[in-house]
Amino acid sequence: MMRMALARLRQAVPVVLGVATIVFMLIHMVPGDPVDAMLGESAVAADKAELRRELRLDRPLPEQYADYMLGLAHADLGTSFRSREPVAHEILSRFPATLLLACASLAIALLIAVPLGIAAALRPRSWIDLLCGTSAMLGLSMPNFVIGPLLVLLFSIQLGIFPVSGHGGWRHLVLPAVTLGSGMSAILMRMLRSSLLEEAGQDYVRTAIAKGMSATRAIVRHALPNALIPVVTVMGLQFGALLAGSVITETLFSWPGIGRLMVQAIDARDYPLVQGCVLFVALLTVSINLIVDMLYAVLDPRVRHD
Amino acid sequence: MTSPGGVFKRLVRHRGAGAGLAFLGLLCAAAILAPRIAPFDPSGQSLDAGLSGASAAHWLGQDRLGRDILSRLLFGARVSLLVGLGTVSLSIIPGTLIGALSGFFGGRLDAVFMRLCDLLLAFPGLLLAIAVTAMLGPSLSHVIFALSALGWVGYARLIRGQILKVREMEFVQAARSTGATPYRTLARHVLPNALSPLIVEATFGIGRAVVAEAGLSFLGLGIAPPTPSWGSMIAEGRHFLFIAPHLTLAPGIAIMLTVMAINFV
Repeated sequence: MMRMALARLRQAVPVVLGVATIVFMLIHMVPGDPVDAMLGESAVAADKAELRRELRLDRPLPEQYADYMLGLAHADLGTSFRSREPVAHEILSRFPATLLLACASLAIALLIAVPLGIAAALRPRSWIDLLCGTSAMLGLSMPNFVIGPLLVLLFSIQLGIFPVSGHGGWRHLVLPAVTLGSGMSAILMRMLRSSLLEEAGQDYVRTAIAKGMSATRAIVRHALPNALIPVVTVMGLQFGALLAGSVITETLFSWPGIGRLMVQAIDARDYPLVQGCVLFVALLTVSINLIVDMLYAVLDPRVRHD
Repeated sequence: MTSPGGVFKRLVRHRGAGAGLAFLGLLCAAAILAPRIAPFDPSGQSLDAGLSGASAAHWLGQDRLGRDILSRLLFGARVSLLVGLGTVSLSIIPGTLIGALSGFFGGRLDAVFMRLCDLLLAFPGLLLAIAVTAMLGPSLSHVIFALSALGWVGYARLIRGQILKVREMEFVQAARSTGATPYRTLARHVLPNALSPLIVEATFGIGRAVVAEAGLSFLGLGIAPPTPSWGSMIAEGRHFLFIAPHLTLAPGIAIMLTVMAINFV
């Protein structure tokens, strides 16, 4: 188990370095001079030189790269051009809001997906299966920026149950979390249904039923734990997508997380902050995938011996 | 071999796929004919009629600047389909090439390409496209480039997997034993037999690109205004959700139906 964890960690190192390199190259994609783009063409030459020096854009590329990588090793992501705060500091102050939203979305996705997935698998081709299939299809066809305004229209404007946007008590959390979690719940529901149906056909479930256990109980007690293994993998992989998807959802609901910070940084052409946000979310995704890989081994002993 | 006629018959028998295909056909026709069939100029403003609802002249109402929503939807369909087709064509060619070389020759080449794929896949969902368009600035070609920068990875992995399977088949060994060069074997015998799942994947790819473009435009990173895009229409409309929900609903439903149609096909 320990050996496997170390091996996975070793595999992750080049990915982390590669991700950092791609993010480093981003600022050099800005057409023309990034300093002009940030300050505007008409800025004073001294200001431009000052900013160029501060962003280390006046030095040779290899030196810039070495500086950047060394900075990363010390968790130094540079300074925000707009607020003059360290980028790492800005990101960490927004991270709790994003994490809360992502966890709430995950909880909602599971709350919808697990009961419906089980119900659909218990009675395949019944009306409930059809209903689940249809709603999964709808959930997958509605991107966040479509379902979000629809939810606001229904629950905030028509029914007045939840606030339109902002950050505060749990009532502010519900609509953004449902918006962000809807797509994931559709994916998880389909996954759980097919994986449960596959497990239900296995010999050990038939044995349990033959020994007198009810079919429902046999599926929930015996098949479900095994059926959940692929669901956990997909959940982990989707959690990264959830963090990235929060860019749109946070913008929609004025949720003060990293996604909104990134959009604000883009609007202000605050390139160091944009780079920092992209790097942070990408590295977070890599770490989550790593954790899921290890969790997978804990859940499924067969993986450990590969 | 299935004849094109046979495929068509099967599609008609499968109602969902038929409906999806019919919708996509209509959408393509509407996008191509937009300049002829749109009742108004999509950028033509009439400020005194701003935010007005559906009427006999403006079937879907008018936006904040009094622009006709139906006309903007029709022109927005052009952007969506252009990005969808553009991204898929720009991703599928390098994807197939890399996947084929990687799978067929294996070894170091394969290891390098696959590590590169892993690396790009570390960027979740839209993140890399957001970063790239944020740096390059909003425009149609930048969106297509940003989406293709990551888009080719899926095709490369798919083709690689197929090639690994086909490579071991008997007819490939037969070709080799008759003295065909590796490149000829790959191009004439292996690749043609590995391409069929690509069609399905490309169809989904168009759907993903349509959604991604709308998402980028929603964030203000997609198509530069005043060119209408479904995503930017939602972004503009959501500020008037209280008084004029049709501004958001019309493009929202258009995106939903398009994605659903693609999923059904």
